[in-house]
Amino acid sequence: MKFSFTEEQALFRDIVRRFVVEQSPREEVRKVMETNAGYDPALWQRLCESLGLHALHIPEKYGGQGFGAVELCIAMEELGRGLVCSPLFGSSVLAGTAILEAGMAQDRELWLPPLAASERRYALAVDEGGGCWDAKSLTMQYTQQGDTYSLSGKKTFVVDGCSADVIVVAAREPETKGLNGITFFMVEASAPGVNRRLLDTVDQTRKLAEIDFNNASAKLLGTPGEGGSALERTIDLCRVYLSNEMVGGAQRLLEDAVTYAGTRLQFGRTIGSFQAIKHKCADLLLHVELAKSAAYCAAEAAATGDPEFSALAALSKAMAADTYVKTAAQTIQIHGGIGFTWENDTHLYFKRAKSSETLFGQPAWHRERMLRGWQI
Amino acid sequence: MASNAAELPDEQTLRTNVRMWLERNWDPDRKLVEWRRMLAETGWGCPEWPEEWFGLDYPSSLANAVQDEIASFGAIGVARSGVRMLAAATLLEHGSAAQKSQFLGGILSGEDTWCQLFSEPGSGSDLAGLTTRADKQGDHWRINGQKVWTTSAHHANYGMLLARTDWDVPKHRGLTFFVVDMKQPGVEVRPLKQMNGYASFNEVFFTDAIVPLDRVVGERDGGWSVALTTLANERRVADGMRAWGSVQAGTGGIFEELAAETRTVNEPYKWYPQRAGRPDLVISQARAADLDQDPVVRQAIANLLILEKSSQWTARRAREAHLLGRPQGPEGSLGKLAASHVARAAAEVHTMIAGGEALLAGKDGPLDGLIAEILLSVPAISIAGGTDEIQHNIIAERVLGMPKEPRTDVDRPFKDIPRN
Repeated sequence: MKFSFTEEQALFRDIVRRFVVEQSPREEVRKVMETNAGYDPALWQRLCESLGLHALHIPEKYGGQGFGAVELCIAMEELGRGLVCSPLFGSSVLAGTAILEAGMAQDRELWLPPLAASERRYALAVDEGGGCWDAKSLTMQYTQQGDTYSLSGKKTFVVDGCSADVIVVAAREPETKGLNGITFFMVEASAPGVNRRLLDTVDQTRKLAEIDFNNASAKLLGTPGEGGSALERTIDLCRVYLSNEMVGGAQRLLEDAVTYAGTRLQFGRTIGSFQAIKHKCADLLLHVELAKSAAYCAAEAAATGDPEFSALAALSKAMAADTYVKTAAQTIQIHGGIGFTWENDTHLYFKRAKSSETLFGQPAWHRERMLRGWQI
Repeated sequence: MASNAAELPDEQTLRTNVRMWLERNWDPDRKLVEWRRMLAETGWGCPEWPEEWFGLDYPSSLANAVQDEIASFGAIGVARSGVRMLAAATLLEHGSAAQKSQFLGGILSGEDTWCQLFSEPGSGSDLAGLTTRADKQGDHWRINGQKVWTTSAHHANYGMLLARTDWDVPKHRGLTFFVVDMKQPGVEVRPLKQMNGYASFNEVFFTDAIVPLDRVVGERDGGWSVALTTLANERRVADGMRAWGSVQAGTGGIFEELAAETRTVNEPYKWYPQRAGRPDLVISQARAADLDQDPVVRQAIANLLILEKSSQWTARRAREAHLLGRPQGPEGSLGKLAASHVARAAAEVHTMIAGGEALLAGKDGPLDGLIAEILLSVPAISIAGGTDEIQHNIIAERVLGMPKEPRTDVDRPFKDIPRN
């Protein structure tokens, strides 16, 4: 059903939540975010072995679990709630979705099983600095010589780009524009001509890379020149997954704020008994619930092939981002001075909120896209 | 009486029986009151009510089937509009047998119109702080004070009155619930003109008005819990109100009577759609003003649509959880607050789109004054039926479990409490 989860889905959510609480406490997040890789291989292995999240949305015939967008969104919401640092988003969600959307049967057979077996990790390289992951504005062109392809140029904001084994790259056929000519490639990260640099990011829990390709050898993924709509759909799907991750984080922040307000004493009372704080929390609850409704609705639209999907993806991304940033800022405010310290965990969420706000396009850009999607 | 609570009919048989009875008895040339009295006697007017009092103790599924059958036959149901159903629900739960027998029939037939005399100029959010007084004198109570925001008071013959009967106890413990005759010398009703120009409510002044002793509902000084029943039903009635908007049509004198009744009942609510901000008009207005490509206007419209849609989806989540029999989550408590946000956002967009014409009302204004009416009606939505501030308190305390504000007004005699 569109506005409620099934019993099985609720059970799945509980399992993921319990795993996150037990396996990825915030001390773990703090430890891992200081590393260059940005994830703990042992935790990642447990995530793959005990929950199979890395292969959740990959069809069974490629060794995956064969679940749909709604289940993946539930997992993302719970991981977002726990601020879990893992290659799931960059590798399975972003690159895996691109292979599913753009690849032909033989591409999927080649590239998905190693992902589903958690033998290799992929990353998706699309944006060139514009920050919207907008397919139409891609400029990187590929070079073709007979059956071999090579890539030159720069990609940036590549999620977990430095730790991936293979980079999925979107480039275009020379002399094409818009959605025409867009083509996907697989590039081995260790190939000659691939130079990766870890970017210094506001959000330490999400590692981004800038990747220079200098005549790097690339293997074709899908049909040359026909990847435009696959790219758009891939990024829209990832926007919806990210929206669900964001509402998970916002919900957790609200709980932290309410808990803190219930224990912090000033003027002889808990600060949560002051209406100034209560009203803020009630207002946050309203917005978090509205953003959840939008994120769930977009997840369902992704799963059912709703013709309004793209507009709903834009809507959910704008709503979730605005809500997450607002909730994070207010949670700092409710904590007062301690909320501005490194020691307090709120800033970790604030930074994740800010990075998610911009990743795949900022709210105002999505609001415009949403209206166009509805022919307004 | 057609049935017994212990042996419920199956729905198909029930529908057939209702239809057969309607075929024998429905006559559009009957008087409206006479018809409703007949229908009420069968129990099919309010099948969810107790069998003893015009009902059949049916669960809502069967009660809905009966209503559906009456409507699809083209017959008229019992009177359910306005405040009458709040009075009925309160009397059914707290009234004496004599009160039920005196009032319920007139409620269902439509002969009697009711009003709710709770709010006062000095007590809005803090209802229990009201100061209209009821003093017992011999064989009656004498009422003095003022009520406000009273819908239908100008044509009601009965009022549900909450008044203070003991000033020496804490505020919630000194209130008594009365049924008061509105048509008496001590009751003066004056229309209350609102900032949007309409006068949909009244002020009611009591000067030595008389209430007989047997018109106390529930216990003397126990009026607060009786009033809570009324208030709990108020939300349901507000939801049902949308259904009265359409006038049931048909041929025959009875439909003319019904149309007149519906017009009177709906009159105070005709600006309510504007109070909600009319987001439905935003896009057509932007196109008409040639602003639908303006990037600033577009952002504002998009924000409004996102709020509106996510509010609708949140309401759907609440409804579906209810249908699935799951415990109510936080999403069920947010509708009123969300509606305030949507209305304010819509009013802002309408202002932006109207531009200079936002200065104008009436025939000079956009859409013959409808836009002005929106702008001047929206401020009500965050006040009526519980202010946004009270909603925030309720959500914070009951949904988020946050600590209550320390109070200074609940554990000492009401007479000692500072008040307006």
